[in-house]
Amino acid sequence: MDLSRRGFFKIMGATGAGLAATGRSAAAWESRAPEDAYGCLVDLTRCIGCRKCEQACQTVNGLPQPEQSFDDLTILDRKRRPDEKSFTVVNRYYSGKIDERDQLIPTFVKIQCMHCQDPACASACIVGALTKKENGAVHYDASKCIGCRYCMVACPFEIPAYEYHNPITPRVMKCTFCYERVAEEGKLPGCAQICPVEAITFGKRADLLALGHQRIKDNPGRYLDHIYGEKEVGGTSWMYLSDQPFEDLGFIQVPEKPLPQLAETIQHSLFSYLWSPIVLFGMLSGVMWGFRDKGDRHIDREGENP
Amino acid sequence: MSHTPRPLRAKFWTPGVVLMAFLMAAGAVAIIARYIGGIGYVTNLTNARPWGLWIGVDVASGVALAAGGFTTAFVAHILSRHYYEPVVRPALLTAMLGYTFVVLGLLVDIGRSWAIWKPLIHWNPNSVLFEVAMCVMFYLNVLYLEFVPIVVEQYKGRVHLPGPLSGLNAPVEGLLKLLDAITGKLMWVFIIAGVVLSCMHQSSLGSLMLVAPTKLHPLWYTPILPLLFLTSAIAVGYPMVVFETTLVTSSLKLDPEMDILTPLTRFTVFLLGLYLALKVGDMVVRGTYVYLLDGTAQTNAFLVELILGVIVPWVMLVLPKVRQSRRGLFIACALIVGGVLVNRVNVFVVGYRPPISEANYAPAFSEILITVGLIAGLMFLYRFLVTYLPVLSGPKQEVSA
Repeated sequence: MDLSRRGFFKIMGATGAGLAATGRSAAAWESRAPEDAYGCLVDLTRCIGCRKCEQACQTVNGLPQPEQSFDDLTILDRKRRPDEKSFTVVNRYYSGKIDERDQLIPTFVKIQCMHCQDPACASACIVGALTKKENGAVHYDASKCIGCRYCMVACPFEIPAYEYHNPITPRVMKCTFCYERVAEEGKLPGCAQICPVEAITFGKRADLLALGHQRIKDNPGRYLDHIYGEKEVGGTSWMYLSDQPFEDLGFIQVPEKPLPQLAETIQHSLFSYLWSPIVLFGMLSGVMWGFRDKGDRHIDREGENP
Repeated sequence: MSHTPRPLRAKFWTPGVVLMAFLMAAGAVAIIARYIGGIGYVTNLTNARPWGLWIGVDVASGVALAAGGFTTAFVAHILSRHYYEPVVRPALLTAMLGYTFVVLGLLVDIGRSWAIWKPLIHWNPNSVLFEVAMCVMFYLNVLYLEFVPIVVEQYKGRVHLPGPLSGLNAPVEGLLKLLDAITGKLMWVFIIAGVVLSCMHQSSLGSLMLVAPTKLHPLWYTPILPLLFLTSAIAVGYPMVVFETTLVTSSLKLDPEMDILTPLTRFTVFLLGLYLALKVGDMVVRGTYVYLLDGTAQTNAFLVELILGVIVPWVMLVLPKVRQSRRGLFIACALIVGGVLVNRVNVFVVGYRPPISEANYAPAFSEILITVGLIAGLMFLYRFLVTYLPVLSGPKQEVSA
């Protein structure tokens, strides 16, 4: 007991010292967010809940026809989530605001992948099938995917959906930010292009932030002074303006720190250049050498044998 | 060293083994269903709850409870305490089979089983899961290499394949000789590599959930989660050895080996105590004790894990009387094993609550069938291998014909 305990403390001490050393020398975690990313600014005060964006998304991405027609607005009676057949959905919220005839005024909220600046899903993905592209899209490459679904665990917005009923080649399904349309054809994302009330503005993320803050400044009574997505999880490419508190509209509070930061910092400070496994290997070799043919002399049974 | 492991050579098809075979068959049917109808056909997994029973039990708990392999190798081969040699081979076999079944469980769980090799060429060094996968892959191979001497000891120079396979006798013999030469010279490398790889991925399994601060309940979400995973894995190593040794020796009527298990668990008093101190200290530092009495299912699961799984068995093991009693020792160690199992299930399933959809999850029947079938398969193979290979020490009591 004695020897192993001393050995253990030696190891712990050395490990601690090693950790402290890398704490000082290891480069601090740095965001890998693209500098000139595109984004979309959704103005919830403009959205009329027509579901045209859902329809455009289905057409552009070749998704299956839904059972209920896009013209059927009764679907708004229940809250939906994006799934493997629809990358974006619009939900209706009544936040208690009423018009001059005492009718409740609805707020419509379009949800889709937020295309985070430092996406948790891309950090998590074991094979790098999910990547943050220079133009802002969080892109999924099914040819690399093994189907571990860690991206779905990691996503704070519960966006990636899975083809659970495909037994052999299921895919992770989520909004593509119309990556090819934007990158190769120079077009807008399907939803942004079709929106009849310009509730969705497509542009460079920096410009959209400036635009959003301008709208808030010009109409302080109309908007809350908060752009959801400006700082949330370190910033997202899709951002929202609202006149109602975001927490009443299905938006959750998330940390302002990019989600990959903690785990990546731990991983890289422990395992960059495999320094800690190599040090541990060396220490254990030393212990093994030092203890060869010596261990059993110290067996002390303290009369514990029955 | 009077210890001489040898093949059990006992009757194989006992009622217990038949039961295992039956459970394996049931699991196999469910696995076939999974590959016909998809994961969604046999599980209750959803977009909001992508990980369930299979990840919590088959993978995370499977890895943790295989920790007996590297912890016994550490004490017997790195610290040269050859006194503990008799438990090293059974623990190694358990670890080898445990990791094999972790990989089998993963194959069933991942959507594209055929693509499991892809992390070998598509690296994401930022991904915690990538590191875990690499370590598990290397460690599984290390475990197979560590097991080689047991096969060599039994069959080297005695390869005698039946009938049409007899032509392969010479090549197999050559392979054994080659493996024997490699492992004989390099075994120390594999033993140390096994400990290093284990420390790496046992801790990193805890880092997996650090990317999801909004989903994992604060009672478990802590930056020291990797340290807690590592210390609990190390602490559960010897209790797992006691648990399985007691089950095996009592069901096969072998020597109970209390003279080894009792001193072994004195390490556990210290190791489990360290885990307990870290866990309670973390709770105090982060102030998460405020949740303890809120009566939710998650909090209750945490209390079960902490009180029944750590505190009670730790107090039991502190008492020499318990350590010396076969029954007492078994109960304490079973509680520790159960506590680590509950902890892993809590971190990956119970404590996981997606805040937007608030979706709940309970495993489907066929999901449970697959997990049970895999565990039965592990036990079946264990029984098969100890029957024909020198793993267990020979029967010392009630020698039966």
